[in-house]
Amino acid sequence: MTDMIQATINGLPVEVAPGVTILDAARQVSVHIPTLCKHPDLDATAACGMCIVRVAGSSKMLRACCTPVEQEMEITTEDPEIIQVRRTVIEMILSKHPNECLTCGRNQNCELQTLAADFGLREICLDSVVPDLPLDATTKAIVLDPRKCITCGRCIQVCQQIQNVWALSFLQRGFDTRIAAAGDINLADSPCVRCGQCSAHCPTGAIVEYDNTQEVWDNLLDPDVYCVAQLAPAVRVAIGEAFGFPIGTNLTGKTYAALRRMGFDAVFDTNFGADLTIMEEAHEFVKRFTTEGSVLPLITTCCPSWVDFMEKFHDDMIPHFSSCKSPQAMVGALAKTYYAEKMGLDPAKVYVVSVMPCTAKKFEIIRSKEMASSGFWDVDVSLTTRELARMIKQSGINFPAVKEEQPDHLLGAYTGAGTIFGTTGGVMEAALRTSYFLLTGENPARVEFQKTRGLDGVKEGSTVIAGHEIRFAVAHGLGNVETVLRRVREARDAGTEPPYHFIEVMACPGGCVGGGGQPYGVTDKLRAKRAAGLYQDDQAGLWRCAHENPYVQKLYEDFLGEPLGEKSEQLLHTSYHSRPEYRR
Amino acid sequence: MTLTKTDEDVAAIAKRWKNKRGSLIMALHGLQDRYGYVPREAAMSLGEQMDVPLARIYEVLTFYNYFRLKSPGKKVVSVCMGTACYLKGAPKLLDQASEELGIRPGETTADGEFHLQVVRCVGCCGLAPVVTVNEKLLAKVTGESLEPHLLQPGATEDGKA
Ligand code: SF4
Ligand code: SF4
Ligand code: SF4
Ligand code: FES
Ligand code: FES
Repeated sequence: MTDMIQATINGLPVEVAPGVTILDAARQVSVHIPTLCKHPDLDATAACGMCIVRVAGSSKMLRACCTPVEQEMEITTEDPEIIQVRRTVIEMILSKHPNECLTCGRNQNCELQTLAADFGLREICLDSVVPDLPLDATTKAIVLDPRKCITCGRCIQVCQQIQNVWALSFLQRGFDTRIAAAGDINLADSPCVRCGQCSAHCPTGAIVEYDNTQEVWDNLLDPDVYCVAQLAPAVRVAIGEAFGFPIGTNLTGKTYAALRRMGFDAVFDTNFGADLTIMEEAHEFVKRFTTEGSVLPLITTCCPSWVDFMEKFHDDMIPHFSSCKSPQAMVGALAKTYYAEKMGLDPAKVYVVSVMPCTAKKFEIIRSKEMASSGFWDVDVSLTTRELARMIKQSGINFPAVKEEQPDHLLGAYTGAGTIFGTTGGVMEAALRTSYFLLTGENPARVEFQKTRGLDGVKEGSTVIAGHEIRFAVAHGLGNVETVLRRVREARDAGTEPPYHFIEVMACPGGCVGGGGQPYGVTDKLRAKRAAGLYQDDQAGLWRCAHENPYVQKLYEDFLGEPLGEKSEQLLHTSYHSRPEYRR
Repeated sequence: MTLTKTDEDVAAIAKRWKNKRGSLIMALHGLQDRYGYVPREAAMSLGEQMDVPLARIYEVLTFYNYFRLKSPGKKVVSVCMGTACYLKGAPKLLDQASEELGIRPGETTADGEFHLQVVRCVGCCGLAPVVTVNEKLLAKVTGESLEPHLLQPGATEDGKA
């Protein structure tokens, strides 16, 4: 073992492994060093200078986020001069920053605002020079306001290194440095896949979700419109963060209730759609698996950013893509057909709102004509968790005190398989459970497949079902997908057995629990806690396999016929198209 | 993927610099030399061919003041001064263009209509001397054949509008 490093921070002894930064060492002894550009998910860019500390024997101030502790270092993290320098850093940033907190998407949630408040800045002694740069809302999923950018570089690291999309970059230099879509074009014309991870990591309001709440209020107000909502798996374990609940608390019942209070006529659950997706997708998988010469691996498609990414950069994988629509799209299509029919509603008057952890879902609902399979747009508008939290607050609902309610079961009942869709590995696990049933006629003795779980970027494993080995891979964070696809291509080109039969991909690190539309402050610790909330929901459920969902069974009996049947194909499946015009 | 004219133009530059350290800047210089500025399409094509993300290319392009992203004049007249063209009379063509437009190589006319520049071999030595006007390549150029390309838009050769 390498020698540990001994040092002191504000007089407190600390022992760390070599390479640990002063910032992390300070955390270890509960010393708080203010930061602005550093994000726990990302490498230090050392851009802001907030985290400066002093080391005995050196006249320079050092940046704690990027300076490793050295043997015998005596570190001081605060004295009047350090505080003064930090104030100046904030003042300099504010002198370039528009004074628009009151109308900003990050009001009360902004890392810069919080620092300014903590440091009690009452006036800025520097002349204000706010750059005059236009807003870019062209993606209709995220909004880029380069004036509010403090050039921390987080979004660029996320978009380039973690997502491997390269849609964002800094342009120009020095004082004029600005954030922009790569190539200085509209973000919608860039390769951006709308995952929103940039917005989830931005410390300020320079990148936020596109807000659709007003449109939803307008429809809720209209007595002629029958408003229905659906709630994605990952939302239930994250929305509580906006109301002070411990991270990962499952608030499904309260959220249903809040939606009804806000005026929704019916409340569905996207988890129902997830169960249905598994019915279709597991049938698709088993069909391919048992038919000689079928294209394998099958690749999951419930993540719109992943679909977009594949169409733009990996179009040779189109034949591998499951034709299943995502759960939100399935629920939308059924709300305007099956549900409308059952309830005697005019589908033209049914307005479907989906609440998603995701900014890309705003794009998915209009990504192709097939998203209007009911004869109308199947989902009318998609909100993020953050937008729903705001709407609940606007409504004056005392969320913590609201009594839990049930969903409207026709499109609302769900199994444990549906709920784990919200975390990386969940779709694979759910699909394996039902594939097991389809191949053997019985449920697996143990429904939990541990190898699909956890936060490793690429998870591989295999399981034996009815004497057949099924090899799978799970990837999250688009950058991690490349490894998996490379292996598939190598085997394909060599004409050998594919390395996997089934691949799950989610664009966001951690899967949808870490989605770009979720409450702020995401770290791996937090992703794991939200995921744990979903696994608990799964464990507590009456049914754990999608095919056990009695309302899904009823749907097939009363309306759809059978999985992959004619009606299912028309309403629940889609196709993909190569889009080479987008280059990264 | 079908290759466009730009892709072909860019290919020569990309090939020269691909996989060499610090080569992106040199390749971008190459583009600017070729076009008088760096057209978006050429930048995209370069990125594709050199396997460099467009994001990186624009970071570099906007970092240095040297690079131009917009055409400096509506018509960019590039006189090739590669060996073949030089030997076949390019210097005289350059003098002629310079005189008629009233600007030196590297300059743009006050009305923004013309930009004159010198380029190195554009790879069509068999057609020397070569002059390009924007995307258009003029082959075996003579003083006479160059003349009409140096006129203000709308003007005819005898100078009447
Ligand atoms: S939404 Fe995703 S792909 Fe688009 S700019 Fe942000 S991080 Fe990049
Ligand atoms: S847009 Fe946000 S995340 Fe990106 S560099 Fe600017 S402040 Fe940082
Ligand atoms: S992983 Fe989930 S939240 Fe992220 S883009 Fe995909 S569907 Fe949206
Ligand atoms: S947090 Fe260390 S330099 Fe910004
Ligand atoms: S020298 Fe002019 S084209 Fe080669």
